[in-house]
Amino acid sequence: MPRYAMVIDQRRCIGCMACVVACKRENNVPEEHYRTRVVEIVEGTFPKVRMELRPELCNHCKNAPCVYNCPTGASYKKEDGIVLVNKKRCVGCKACIAACPYDARFIDPRNGAAHKCTFCEHRIKEGKEPACVTTCLSRARIFGDLDDPQSIVSKICAEKHLRILIAEAGTKPSVYYLSLQPLT
Amino acid sequence: MSLSRRDFLKLATVAAGGTAISVPIFKSVMAMGKKPETVASNIPTFCEICFWNCGEIARVENGKVVKLEGNPTDPSSRGKLCARGNAGMGSLYDPDRLKHPMLNVGKRGEPKWKKVSWDEALGFIAEKMTKIKATYGPEAVALISHGTGGSFWKYLLKAYGSQNSTAPSFAQCRGPRDIGYTLTFGAGPGSPEQIDLANSKFIVLIGAHLGENAHNSQVQDFVEGIARGAKLVVVDPRFSTAAGKATWWLPIKPGTDIALLLAWINIIVQEKLYDKEYINKYAIGLKELKEEVKTYTPEWASKETEIPADIIVETVREMSRYKPSVVVHPGRHTAWYGDDTQRSRAMAILTALMGSWGREGGYYFPTKVAGIPEYPNLPSPPEPQRLKLSGDWPYAVEATTTSLRKTTITGKPYPVKGWIAYDCHILKTLPNQKETIEAIKNLDLMVVVDVLPYAHIDWADVILPECTYLERYDDLKVGKGKVLSVTIRQPVVQPMYESKPSWWMVRELGIKLGLEAYFPYKDIEEYLKARLDAKSIRFEELKEKGTITFPDTANPFITSGNEPEFDTDSGKIELYSKALKEQGFDPVPKYKRPEMPPEGYFRLLYGRSPLHTFSRTVNNQWLWELYKENELWINAKRAKALGFKNGEYVVLINQDGARSNRIKLKATERIREDCVYMVHGFGHNSKETKKAYKKGADDQSLITRYAIDPLMGGTGMRVNFVKIIKEA
Ligand code: SF4
Ligand code: SF4
Repeated sequence: MPRYAMVIDQRRCIGCMACVVACKRENNVPEEHYRTRVVEIVEGTFPKVRMELRPELCNHCKNAPCVYNCPTGASYKKEDGIVLVNKKRCVGCKACIAACPYDARFIDPRNGAAHKCTFCEHRIKEGKEPACVTTCLSRARIFGDLDDPQSIVSKICAEKHLRILIAEAGTKPSVYYLSLQPLT
Repeated sequence: MSLSRRDFLKLATVAAGGTAISVPIFKSVMAMGKKPETVASNIPTFCEICFWNCGEIARVENGKVVKLEGNPTDPSSRGKLCARGNAGMGSLYDPDRLKHPMLNVGKRGEPKWKKVSWDEALGFIAEKMTKIKATYGPEAVALISHGTGGSFWKYLLKAYGSQNSTAPSFAQCRGPRDIGYTLTFGAGPGSPEQIDLANSKFIVLIGAHLGENAHNSQVQDFVEGIARGAKLVVVDPRFSTAAGKATWWLPIKPGTDIALLLAWINIIVQEKLYDKEYINKYAIGLKELKEEVKTYTPEWASKETEIPADIIVETVREMSRYKPSVVVHPGRHTAWYGDDTQRSRAMAILTALMGSWGREGGYYFPTKVAGIPEYPNLPSPPEPQRLKLSGDWPYAVEATTTSLRKTTITGKPYPVKGWIAYDCHILKTLPNQKETIEAIKNLDLMVVVDVLPYAHIDWADVILPECTYLERYDDLKVGKGKVLSVTIRQPVVQPMYESKPSWWMVRELGIKLGLEAYFPYKDIEEYLKARLDAKSIRFEELKEKGTITFPDTANPFITSGNEPEFDTDSGKIELYSKALKEQGFDPVPKYKRPEMPPEGYFRLLYGRSPLHTFSRTVNNQWLWELYKENELWINAKRAKALGFKNGEYVVLINQDGARSNRIKLKATERIREDCVYMVHGFGHNSKETKKAYKKGADDQSLITRYAIDPLMGGTGMRVNFVKIIKEA
């Protein structure tokens, strides 16, 4: 059984937003809502300035608070690590949205159900990578299977010091960051 | 977009609002278990959201374009598209599109539109063009174009007898650098620029904001180079995205780049840091160069540029450690201060001293494989009777937009009475909008060919609605990078409304003008087939693959068996240019301090967002959504001192009293105190483009002044000063 993960190499990200638009078109994401985004953090004062670009998306947590807090079982976790929402079971109560520390979910105004990143599960089934990964101009997004020791994500995880977002939340994300500075 | 809980709460409120108006159709279809059959196909073509023209594959489901992805075999995209390319269908499905040919039965500038047939619209144009030719000669009709389809219009004008095909891409954009590099190396840096960024060990960006200009494959190479450890110097008054990756950010005082370059060159020749063998073998004029630059010390340059002298020395010594794998990026939009060809010369000289022209990790030589021959046996166009409009500039190799405009106003050296604006927002792209309007008022015929009703259409007599690139064939894209590539554009869906492709309009109009001999093919497929046949490429195969590349046996770099050729007067790299001296110009660039902003004013700088192409994409749903309006970047300290708050709306007034639309203020540490910056192309004043209407400010409306480059007629546009006032 694969264990899907994404490594985001922030040193490479150039903030071009190709990933954001590709995701929206791939997944027919409703207007003014996003499954992924690129956050820009600027520190320092002129002329000593530093900037961090941080692509963000659902962390597909191993310890997923959205799943635990969902009263209907609509939010669930697959064995391969992907966290999904079963639209038919979702009653739009927003418990998952409140529980997620990463702002990764929203209600789809078209059907009232919770909506989120699926790691482009439908593409994975076709042997492709998630849309954001395929289009990323700088190859900052790397996707793969942690159970395959030959996969690039496994190799990076073995060799590099990776970070996760809001570690103190104890969510055990499947999205890892390679960055020069500590995450703020 | 941030991670705070506060933002989460905001988001939740929006979503709650949305839930109330949710339409349950989706659920009910699902409940009935009906899932309509999907008819899907994947059709290759190439993008026209910008001039990079990336090869792509369109996924079409039930007749609708649902996704665009890069074609892995195309060298411009390598399987990836930028944000704009990904949003291409936003242009196709834009509800505001021009839908029918229209005649202006009101006045120019205050139009009343009448829907007409294609026959009537083209008949109207043909009649006017025939009259103009009879009265003033064929040169009196001119073209201003941008984009792939422009080549058909250029061909039509040639057949008609006019060489006056202009493009802002020369005088308003990359003309200065093309001339500056050609004067030095005998060739320009090419498009895409022939730079080996991925293998570079030292990269210098002077005002080039890679990443914010999302020139696809080049951005890919740039990041690859950085990831492999290349050192990066970013010279920019603004902390660009690229500056965020830099080893050294040099926040230079705007307008003083030549001072920095000359100081670097001086240090290199003084300390003998140049590539000696290369210079001895391939260049002339080192002695004269040394003499000319000797007064430009780092201390002197530091006073001009406000970059510390020790940093100037350190950066150039480091640079020379990595020669010849150094890329001094030639830039693209280089029409800044009117001395731009000379600045480009200085950059070319620096490149030569590093020995990086024709070297791995520097500049590469494009493939020598022959391109695709033209359509066979086309009649040759009539001999030009009068000179094309390139003004008084010896190095204006093309007719220039600004000469055309001036001539249209003055009637000298001959009258110009007809303009065709193809896919080109003439008011947003040319400096000094009043002059453009004055010129248009002198015309007997003004034609606009476009997809969307941006404001310049108001000045047209006739509008020809073109279909988008996803609905049409165009001429072939022949890419000459390290390999030769041929990419096809083909319709992935049928044209919507009554829109038509340019090749069709041009052919019909040509026939109406009595020029049928120039159009011996019945349609574009026949035309393309004949061109491809000559290179033994099967049309059907290209349609299926999208791109075909030809492997090159030639080496892109200098080796003992691959000696370079320099197409200059001397046949060598010219560090010192006798040709320039003979024309009365500086043989080695000199520095002249530009006029600085008066008290209370800022220099107006402008640039790009990775989410938009100039003024053309602001109305695109999927791009508009992410960047709806431009912002005015101002140094945070200055903003505070002036009593402005981040996020408030302000208005700009320039030195000539020109006033902008309102614009949102962005107080930031990422810019110097003496300049302000905005993304180019906003502030659309046409109600017809509903999303773009009145969003942000138009930089061009504030560029009333421009500095002409005396070498090639470029229009330096960073010579305007603005003050900021509260929104009234
Ligand atoms: S596509 Fe890649 S480089 Fe561009 S913003 Fe997204 S993660 Fe960053
Ligand atoms: S760089 Fe982007 S907009 Fe330009 S042609 Fe490529 S995909 Fe299209």
